[in-house]
Amino acid sequence: MPSHADRKASAAARHRLLPGGRLAGPMPWIIAIMMFLTVLAAAAGLGLGAAVRSMSADLAGRASVQVVEADAQVRAQLAGRTLTALRSSRSVRAAEPVDPAALADQLRPWLGDAATSGDLPVPALIDVMLTPGDAEAKIGGLRRLLADVSPKLRIEPHAAFLLPLAGLLTALGWLSAGVVLLMILATGAVVVLAARGAHDSHRGTIDVLHLMGSTDVQIARLFQRRIGLDALMGSALGFSFAALVILLIGLRLAATGSDLIGAVELDMRGWLILVALPIFGVLLATLTARWTVLRALGRAL
Amino acid sequence: MSAIVQFENVGLRYGLDSETLSDVSFSLASGGFYFLTGASGAGKTSLLKLLYLAQRPSRGVIRLFGEDVVTLPRKRLPGFRRRIGVVFQDFRLVPHLSAYDNIALPLRVSGMEEGEIDAPVAEMLNWVGLGDRRQARPATLSGGEQQRVAIARAVIGRPEILVADEPTGNVDADMARRLMTLFEALNRLGTTIVVATHDLPLIAQVSGAQMMRLDKGRLADPTGTLRYPPQSQSKPQGNA
Repeated sequence: MPSHADRKASAAARHRLLPGGRLAGPMPWIIAIMMFLTVLAAAAGLGLGAAVRSMSADLAGRASVQVVEADAQVRAQLAGRTLTALRSSRSVRAAEPVDPAALADQLRPWLGDAATSGDLPVPALIDVMLTPGDAEAKIGGLRRLLADVSPKLRIEPHAAFLLPLAGLLTALGWLSAGVVLLMILATGAVVVLAARGAHDSHRGTIDVLHLMGSTDVQIARLFQRRIGLDALMGSALGFSFAALVILLIGLRLAATGSDLIGAVELDMRGWLILVALPIFGVLLATLTARWTVLRALGRAL
Repeated sequence: MSAIVQFENVGLRYGLDSETLSDVSFSLASGGFYFLTGASGAGKTSLLKLLYLAQRPSRGVIRLFGEDVVTLPRKRLPGFRRRIGVVFQDFRLVPHLSAYDNIALPLRVSGMEEGEIDAPVAEMLNWVGLGDRRQARPATLSGGEQQRVAIARAVIGRPEILVADEPTGNVDADMARRLMTLFEALNRLGTTIVVATHDLPLIAQVSGAQMMRLDKGRLADPTGTLRYPPQSQSKPQGNA
């Protein structure tokens, strides 16, 4: 049974068979750049996905009822009746009138003081929160209920307002996933080129090792270890910088105070996926190097 | 003695050129000492490449250690190669490794533990007169020193067959004599020795050695009967 020192000495001797130290060539730096971009793209995809999920959860069970009546007195009476009808429905968990003053404040930037003058017939609004279940069917039922109350009532599900935005965010999320996939393929291609280059530049040593009875696997191990170490250094570097950038962007997003932008965040699951990327990158590089060198060796006698 | 190497009608062609070796048939007895001679370009190095499994023949049968190595699967070749030591004409030392590590290479390839490597390598370094140059890289060694490292690397694993291509081309007469003494000692221990050389005085040094002569890719004696001793009346013809 070889001692620990013996094993270490054997390993050191094996490692000397290929010249050049770590971070000696461009390979670790290329991997670092690719990992940096991959992690950023993945973070963008995960953040956007979280935003879409949060938005969907917030909006799916909500709707607004508009009371469109020019006469303020009639509008107030109709709003009261509508509120009673809504609260009596099994599909409604809560229904609250929107404060006219708050509504006027929201409209002031567009309408100016006319929003509060009373001359402009601004509809009364009621926020409706639905009970859990098929929101679309419930909105249909409420539409029929409100039609019975008055033809001047309109119900709009909130999801309908932000459907195009959610679609855009989803598309951007898929785009990020596509970019991650392309970066993985590019990383694999870079490793194949690096392994082929290393194989070609050490052909003399490989021939000697072969003729002394080295197996293909013994030789491939030398290259996969070297490229695996390069990938480890590059991945760690690229991930560290990407994580720093993500944290800084997260602080910026939080500082905007926007609910929508603030929803673009990474949860623990997202961070775990990001941490898995460099690990996957190292494995991909190591296995690709092994496969490439074994293929090249297989062509020789 | 049983045959350790058998060639039957072996031909070797590189690409579309004419055959470098044609109809080569011979057998080498286990424990024999053989010289291979012939003019430059006669095919000596090509024949040795077939012998140390760097090349497969275009036709014919080669048996090593009783097995047909022409049809042998690639994955079994390393096991055969470990039984053959080779001194290359161009040394083929690994340039970034020290003399010590170059000589230790066959032992490490065969999986020997590091603790068992030092003694035989140190002994071999001393034997070839490079005990004080163990950490020297090949580029800092003279041609003769490099050749001695190459020879030490070839013999350290006590191969069953030792193949040497012009092993004394870069060493002085004294070192050449010492190398032949080493080869003879290995031969007495049972190693079959095959040495390609132009050096007729070297052949004459080894009594009992047999000689093959290649002429334009063919064994000059088409019967395959080996002539010996080399210093007797059956000296090679031509400039070999």
